Amino acid sequence: MIANWPCPGPYHGTASEYALVVEGSGPVRVLIVPALFDEGNRLRRFTVEAMRALQRLGIGSVLIDLPGSNESLIPTSSVSLDDWKRAVSAAVVHFSANHVLAIRGGGLICGEAGVPVLAYAPVSGAAILRQMVRMRVLSAREAGREDTSTDLLHEGRTRGVVLAGYALAPGLVTGLETAEPCSGRTIAPSDIGGAALWLRAEAGEDAAQSEALARLVAQGCGE
Amino acid sequence: MTLDTDQILRQIIADVLGLPRERVAEFDGATGLFGHLPELDSMSVAGLLTEMEDRLGFIIDDDEVDGELLETYGSLLAFAQAKRG
Repeated sequence: MIANWPCPGPYHGTASEYALVVEGSGPVRVLIVPALFDEGNRLRRFTVEAMRALQRLGIGSVLIDLPGSNESLIPTSSVSLDDWKRAVSAAVVHFSANHVLAIRGGGLICGEAGVPVLAYAPVSGAAILRQMVRMRVLSAREAGREDTSTDLLHEGRTRGVVLAGYALAPGLVTGLETAEPCSGRTIAPSDIGGAALWLRAEAGEDAAQSEALARLVAQGCGE
Repeated sequence: MTLDTDQILRQIIADVLGLPRERVAEFDGATGLFGHLPELDSMSVAGLLTEMEDRLGFIIDDDEVDGELLETYGSLLAFAQAKRG
């Protein structure tokens, strides 16, 4: 089911964002914070399959759109990393979640979630930024231009920069540069087996990986 | 047992490009990469290099990325081995 939820906006007031809600039959409700940027697209199918597997284990889950991502009407260029942290905290309260599952870069914005966090394949903000900068450097080079990482990061910190198709505000660039995954229990890619799906240029899915993730999340939530 | 650079690099290539492990195991020093593997486009190059940094423990500078780096499996392996010292 698609639900709307009031998300604190980067401006004053709130914006309405979407969330995918899969009801469970027990008391556990997991808020899922998706992977960031393109990894979020590549892992969406995997993530939703894991939600269905959680439902078969009796666990409800909610996959939120962060402001500026997926179906959000907020421009990515107006959000900072702190806005995303506030969005996660607000979603935990709104959906009465008692656990958070953070996927990849989602773990960078769960420090103020207020409930126990499970982090699947967490990654530092610097690594995410480095890959996006590299994509821009390589595509510029193919087009015969010479962009350097140093210049792009400077531009990002001062005026904002477009990387891998995402217009990033200075508050997002500087936030990512120093962001580390929040503390909590970590689920490593090797714990669920198979090749990491976020690495693929083409979005993939793997039912066995989604099932394995759901089982580990269920264990982590004490079910 | 710790894996050597050659084994890790083959795993990374298989994981990032979605190639069967058996096929990557057959790569030799002269196996062509960029321009030879349709799976390896400029976007997956970025993913490949970032994954090499994470799993092999070094940082790759912009000016180290040129046409020769990804010409053959041998050239990429030699680069990774030199970076690891």
